[in-house]
Order: sequence, then structure tokens, then C-alpha cells
Amino acid sequence: MTRQSLRPPNPSQAHAPSADALRIREAVGQVLDPEVPVLTIEDLGVLRDVRVDGDRVTVVVTPTYSGCPAMDVIRTRIGDTLDELGVASYEIETVLAPAWTTDWMSDDGKRKLTEYGIAPPTGRRAVGGPVALTLTIRCPLCGSPDTSELSRFGSTACKSLWRCNSCREPFDHFKAI
Amino acid sequence: MNTDLFAYTLRLGDDALVAAQRMGEWIANAPQLEEDVALGNIGLDQLGQARSLLSYAAEIEGAGRTEDDLAYLRDEREFTNLLICERPNGDFAVTIARLLYFATYQHLLYDALQGSSDETLSGVAGKAVKEVAYHVDHATQWVLRLGDGTEESHRRMQAGLDQLWPYTGEMLASDDLVGRLAGVAVDPSGFADEWHRRVRDVIETSTCAAPEASYQHTGGRDGRHTEAMGYLLAELQHVARSHPGATW
Repeated sequence: MTRQSLRPPNPSQAHAPSADALRIREAVGQVLDPEVPVLTIEDLGVLRDVRVDGDRVTVVVTPTYSGCPAMDVIRTRIGDTLDELGVASYEIETVLAPAWTTDWMSDDGKRKLTEYGIAPPTGRRAVGGPVALTLTIRCPLCGSPDTSELSRFGSTACKSLWRCNSCREPFDHFKAI
Repeated sequence: MNTDLFAYTLRLGDDALVAAQRMGEWIANAPQLEEDVALGNIGLDQLGQARSLLSYAAEIEGAGRTEDDLAYLRDEREFTNLLICERPNGDFAVTIARLLYFATYQHLLYDALQGSSDETLSGVAGKAVKEVAYHVDHATQWVLRLGDGTEESHRRMQAGLDQLWPYTGEMLASDDLVGRLAGVAVDPSGFADEWHRRVRDVIETSTCAAPEASYQHTGGRDGRHTEAMGYLLAELQHVARSHPGATW
């Protein structure tokens, strides 16, 4: 049911999505990230593709980080959603390339993240060089730009730990990658 | 089976797996809570890279083994990780010295491996290089802080850098395997100068002294390990070997 494929998708297989594919994508896209349960996998850009070939459905996902422990839960929930839709035959494929980036996070996702108390990613992602330079991160709780980083690694690999110097509350920041 | 590609993928996977195991040992033991979390997350990144690489190695082998079989059911001589990955954690400064050396190596390696003609290795590298950039950054911040900190932190940082220096030559050495896999594998000797430049820059900024050339230990790539490796594998493998096939 679950297949790990590390290869990039073959562009020659690209096709216009069918009505079925759009309906399934809509439903599967609502699966929530267990670590940040206000974000859907569509918001995150983790859901890459839904293909329908006859009775066979293929859902393509990509992990945020290589070792992200949420991926197993996400794949299970996608399977549950497809079961509820009555899809009899499906495959959940995991691809690593192109590598996930916070640039894929939707604006809606960034808004929901802030409302949840996590500062959304800002700045340029780190590619082949030093990590993204951050000028300031606004406190998601009080909006103050007077904040300081406590640790480059927060409650999960994708977040860093910050503190607001105005309201004194600690908060997570979703790192640009 | 492509024996060379299997061996190459396996060695990169072993590096990441063994490094991750050492990082995991810090959980609940780091000098502060934030470091428990940071080192644990760095280990998780490495473990994720190891899983991708070992899964691919198993696929290349095509003998029905899985990533778990490769991680849990091989003996010491079959592991081909670099010796620096298996050396004991030591104090916090030793661990940070290793992270500086190893993450700088991994960053240069994965960056170049993105251009591999093997699409899978290229895909794994493209993902990993972004994660490892944060590992380099974390190590750099700590080397600067400890080296340019108190007299005691400076002494310990210098000792950590010196202690692991004899294991850095192996990371940057070429061998027949990478030679045979031209275009697929990355020859680390090609980025050795850049590695030295980057590491030396951090060390000197931290007010520590770059370690002097010394005897260099080798053998990891041939499965000849230090005395630390058997103990590491005992901890890594004992549950899986005591309860074969157990699931939960």
C-alpha cells in the first residue's frame, strides 16, 4: 500500500486532473499534520499529486524533513480518508525530489500557523549555503518585533525556539528551509 | 546487483545511522533542555537520511532485505561507516567538535551529490543538504561560544577539536570505490581543501588553534572499527535481535 520512491516524477506522465482526481485531492488535502494540527497537508505542500488511473488512485506525498516522524501518521490518515471515500485500490507514494521547501506553504497556511501561536517561515530558504538569514521574527502572540532566539532547534526539527521580549512568552518559529 | 552502488549507498547510510545513534545518546543528558532538543532533532535528521539510504541500498541489493535488516542484523565488520561517527560522545565539546567536522563534510558531500547521475542519490542529497546546513550552523555557534567563552570552556573546546582531528583524514580520502563510480559518487578528496578552509575559519574565529597534522586513523570503510563500535551496535541492535520480527 505504501511505496517509497525517491525518483522525481516523470514529466511525460503529466496530465490534466480528472473530476475524480480533484474530488479525491480535495478530501485527502484536508488531512491534518499531527504535529501542527491546524495545517492541512495541502497548506504545507506535503501533498504533491493525486492521480487516478481507472480504479487505481495514487497519492503522492513528500516529507518536510528526511526524518519527520509525522509522515507515518499522515500516510495512515490518507489511507483512512481514501477508505472512507470508498476507494478500493490505492497507493501512497513518497517522493523526495524535488525537496520540500517552506516556499510551498500557502499564505492561508501561514495565517493559520500565526493564529495557532507559531511564527511562520520568513526569509530565503537555505540552499547549498549558509542557513536562511532572519532579521526579526514577530511574536505570534502579541505581534512585537522585539524577540530573541533561544535555540535553533525547537519542539520538532522544522521549528526553532524563540522568546518574546515584550510579552515574555516563548514561541515556536517554523524555520525556512 | 550493482555491487559498487550498493557498497557506496550503504557506507553513506552507515555514516548517517551511526552518527544518529550517538546523537540520540544525548537525549536527557545534554547540558541544557534546549540542547536535548537540538541534538535529538539533529539525530532525527541523520536517521531520516539513513533510512532513505539504507532503503535504497536494500532495493539495489534486491535480496529481500529491508532497511531494518541492514540496520539491525549486520555485524560490526559489515558496517562501513567512518570511524569519526562511532567515537564516543565524550563531553559536550567533543560532540560539538565532531558535529563541526562531520556536518561540514556531509554538507560538502551532499551538495556535490545533488549532481549525481543516480537520481535517487541525487534526490536524497537534495533533501539532506538543506537539513545539514542547520547542523553546521549549530556546531559553528557552539564552537564560537565555547572557544571564545571562559578559560574552562576554551580548554575543553580545544581538547575536543584535538581529540577527533586524527579521525578527519578518513572522511576526506579517496578510494577505489568512488573512483569506479565516477559521475555517480562524490570523491571527498575533491572538496578536502574547502573542508579545511571552512573548519579552520570557524576554529580560528573561536580563538582555538587549528589542530596540527597528526597520525590519521583509517579502517571504517573496510569494516575495521574502533573498540567503541561493538558497544554501540549492542545498544542499537539488541532489542531487534532479542525479539526477532517483533512489531508494535
